[in-house]
Amino acid sequence: MHGRPRKASEPGEDADSAAKAVKLRSLQSQFMSNHHGKIYTKVAIELSTELLKINPEAYTAWNYRKLAVEDNLSRIESDPDLVKSILDEELSVVESALMQNFKSYGAWHHRKWVLSKGHSSIGNELKLLDKFQKKDSRNFHAWNYRRFVVELTNRSKQDELQYTEDMICKNFSNYSAWHNRSVLVSSLLANRADGFMPNEKIPEELDFVHNAIFTEPGDQSGWFYHLWLLDQTVDVETPLLASSWPSHGCSIILSGPGCLNDSSSKFTTFCSESGSFPLIIYFDQAVGGVSSSTVTIDSELKGNEDLVWEPVSGKNSQVSCGWVTRMKYFSSEPIVRKEYKVKVRVGNSPGIISSRGGCNFSAPCEFFFTAHVHDAAVKDSEESIVSWTDEFDIWDAQSEDLNSFVSLGRLNAEMDLNWRQEALAKEVELFRQLSDSKIGKLTLARLLMASEAMASDDTVKGAHYEEILQLYNDLMALDSSHYQYYKDMHSVAFLHKVTSSTESLSRYLFRYRNMNNLVCLRLNNLSLSRIASVEKLLFVQMLDLSHNELHSTEGLEAMQLLTCLNLSHNRIRSFSALDSLRHVKQLRVLDVSHNHIGKHSVDTTRYLCSSPLSNSEWTQDEVGRQKPSLVTKYWDAYFVLRDMSLKQLDVAGNVIAGDEFNSFVLQVMPKLVWLDGQKLRT
Amino acid sequence: MADKLVADKHVRYILMAEKKKESFESVVMDHLRMNGAYWGLTTLDLLEKLGSVPQDEIVSWVMSCQHESGGFAGNTGHDPHVLYTLSAVQILALFDKLNILDVGKVSSYIAKLQNEDGSFSGDMWGEVDTRFSYIAICCLSILKCLDKINVGKAVGYIVSCKNLDGGFGCTPGAESHAGQIFCCVGALAITGNLHRVDKDLLGWWLCERQVECGGLNGRPEKLPDVCYSWWVLSSLIMIDRVHWIDKAKLVKFILDCQDLDNGGISDRPDDAVDIFHTYFGVAGLSLLEYPGVKPVDPAYALPVDVINRILLTK
Ligand SMILES: [Zn+2]
Repeated sequence: MHGRPRKASEPGEDADSAAKAVKLRSLQSQFMSNHHGKIYTKVAIELSTELLKINPEAYTAWNYRKLAVEDNLSRIESDPDLVKSILDEELSVVESALMQNFKSYGAWHHRKWVLSKGHSSIGNELKLLDKFQKKDSRNFHAWNYRRFVVELTNRSKQDELQYTEDMICKNFSNYSAWHNRSVLVSSLLANRADGFMPNEKIPEELDFVHNAIFTEPGDQSGWFYHLWLLDQTVDVETPLLASSWPSHGCSIILSGPGCLNDSSSKFTTFCSESGSFPLIIYFDQAVGGVSSSTVTIDSELKGNEDLVWEPVSGKNSQVSCGWVTRMKYFSSEPIVRKEYKVKVRVGNSPGIISSRGGCNFSAPCEFFFTAHVHDAAVKDSEESIVSWTDEFDIWDAQSEDLNSFVSLGRLNAEMDLNWRQEALAKEVELFRQLSDSKIGKLTLARLLMASEAMASDDTVKGAHYEEILQLYNDLMALDSSHYQYYKDMHSVAFLHKVTSSTESLSRYLFRYRNMNNLVCLRLNNLSLSRIASVEKLLFVQMLDLSHNELHSTEGLEAMQLLTCLNLSHNRIRSFSALDSLRHVKQLRVLDVSHNHIGKHSVDTTRYLCSSPLSNSEWTQDEVGRQKPSLVTKYWDAYFVLRDMSLKQLDVAGNVIAGDEFNSFVLQVMPKLVWLDGQKLRT
Repeated sequence: MADKLVADKHVRYILMAEKKKESFESVVMDHLRMNGAYWGLTTLDLLEKLGSVPQDEIVSWVMSCQHESGGFAGNTGHDPHVLYTLSAVQILALFDKLNILDVGKVSSYIAKLQNEDGSFSGDMWGEVDTRFSYIAICCLSILKCLDKINVGKAVGYIVSCKNLDGGFGCTPGAESHAGQIFCCVGALAITGNLHRVDKDLLGWWLCERQVECGGLNGRPEKLPDVCYSWWVLSSLIMIDRVHWIDKAKLVKFILDCQDLDNGGISDRPDDAVDIFHTYFGVAGLSLLEYPGVKPVDPAYALPVDVINRILLTK
């Protein structure tokens, strides 16, 4: 019931309503007996007409009429006049039902069903729709029906585009018309229809939507259309390789588990018990089809012939920005120190396809790196505790080695940048004039972020971040209801700034002396609420995100080298929020102490993790069989932790922590060595 | 102006609604009594008062609405439809009575409604809508027989209804609408496919549904309405973007829509109350962690304890 005022009923009104109810009740019961008795006489059909006039929502009556029509059509053979009169009658019943209730799903569907019987008067439908759409220009049933009729009559997309233009010019505050315009324009652009080349059409559409936004900046109708056009300006359909680990030209040291004695090396040292290391490639957009045939590897490392590539977020997702494969570097015979060159060719054969527009990765590219394979480790450090306070060496900002880790984004030379940069520059200039309004500020911030992504000149790179951060600060104050949205965007912009150059990044980089000189990134105490720019941080092995405002680890799954992660003093609400860490196979040390786990009744990551709730396959293990009630109580911890191979975990300072939970953790993670700073075994 | 939930009055309103069967309003709603029962009973359960209804009587009425095809009707004598089949299954789940169902029969009814392109019809008459995709997926998941349909194709169809604003419509090309977004996001959540959602784009669209007074609307430039507290909020929760709205302002809007004298919640302050908005108001407050209201599952639209009982035990 919508829009009906709450009031005490007037005298006489109750009696009136009761009388109407008695009439409707009697109509309904007569109708039911006709329906169940399969009676399709004229009188019986008229009774259903009367019922539907009073209550167009009585769906069984619409069903009955369909049965009646089929029954009647089967009797009259194929007399076209009779057929037409039967169908006309249905259309007129629908029309009067719609007059009564515009939003009756049953009535609209009945009309489609009648037309599907081959009714000839389709031409009238658009006229009827014009009438309805004038009365309520936002009715989505009418718009849906319009698209149905347009398809049935093969009306051209250009004609429909003109219709949306007429509607918008009458009243630009018509989101439904803008929506339909986006559907039509995107399809015409995709088909490269005459006059719909992106470099011409997108700037034209930008001009068109400016009128709406600049006339009434508070009206949302044009906002989303403008954002879509902005994305079309920035996003290139063909995917590009954004980064990789190991990155182009770098050297890495590979060894067995434990510590190497000469850990002073400036290279990344990677130790593993399995004798394999992750090779990660990261695209600028989600792609599918990464396999051993589309990505070929040329190296003397044995046993890497048919590598299996998986999305970093696990094999269930078919498309992903990040992809990983595991390359073997230990065979059965012991290896004495040796150097191997590895050459990776991405896009060797076609098949890497963008999820965005189905475009192929078109420009094959190649990178190589050197792997120094060392003998098994000398010193065993497995059992020692990792501390987040000592043993850090400051990065030498002058050193050249940083450049070998960081592969900064590259733009495709083949891409048509000119019109995109021009369009962006024009938008920036325009929206500066609107920068006292919310949408003006927000759009400007987004435009400047896009300009950074599009900047082809290294000297202007990074110039906009201060302004962007200021805009988001302003927005937090201006529109406090959406404070956290701007806060998240602020964090994203901040991390883009940090990773925009090796110089700014080096301020946050350290080496952890205690463990092979791990490469450590310390982004603690920055009031970050969101993780971003992970594609530029693939080389990080130790990450300190403590004392921030994070509530999820979404994105960290790309950082396949992560061994130690500090998330203490954040806003993690549940273990399901750590689901992405299940995919970080190298992770051994995790600190989630002093978060909000167990404090809230609503889990916002309940469906972002893999569990029976999202119908993921799972097999019951020993813990599941023995402690079904604890598994139900701590289901998120159970499904997330049992897939991790942690040695060290900190959970103190969360509501959930306590004897019962801690002993449950020990059952789920029998290999754990340290829990909350206590050594579990000697 | 209300500063707290008058839970007792809402409970009484729901229990009374059943007795006012002969008003015109309730006769008009006669054909969707199954939905009404689900709304009322779930509200009672969220307020810990499910014990105050005659369970056996309700369960046998629910079963009397089952058609020989396996589907359920909105009321005795009406035709079966997935809309009412889901409500029937949800009611039985609330009472922990799924064991009385012939699961094979119900699931076959639903599975037969899947079309070649992965979409679902609502009944034998072929209306296609992503609402029905959600219903089919939700229902089969509760019955633990999603393997009876082609989930991949079902998901593919839902994704084909994704719009350029990040939202979803009822068929490909149809405008985004909060109710429809709930259905599509819910179906993707249940099948473990939320990575197919553009979370930031959709999240911004959804959080901009909050208007000045704190209430949420269902589409841009429309009026706020309590029922969108459910559809927008549950969608925002499923994609982990609910912190993008002002929750305190929304709590206040819902509380302001209560009828403090006679119980029940309406679409907007001072409008007439109904059971539909009473449910969506209380369920919305549950998603907002309002004290005294049990947590509700954002995808299955049933109390969390009911869903955990069904899905986490083998
Ligand atoms: Zn409503």
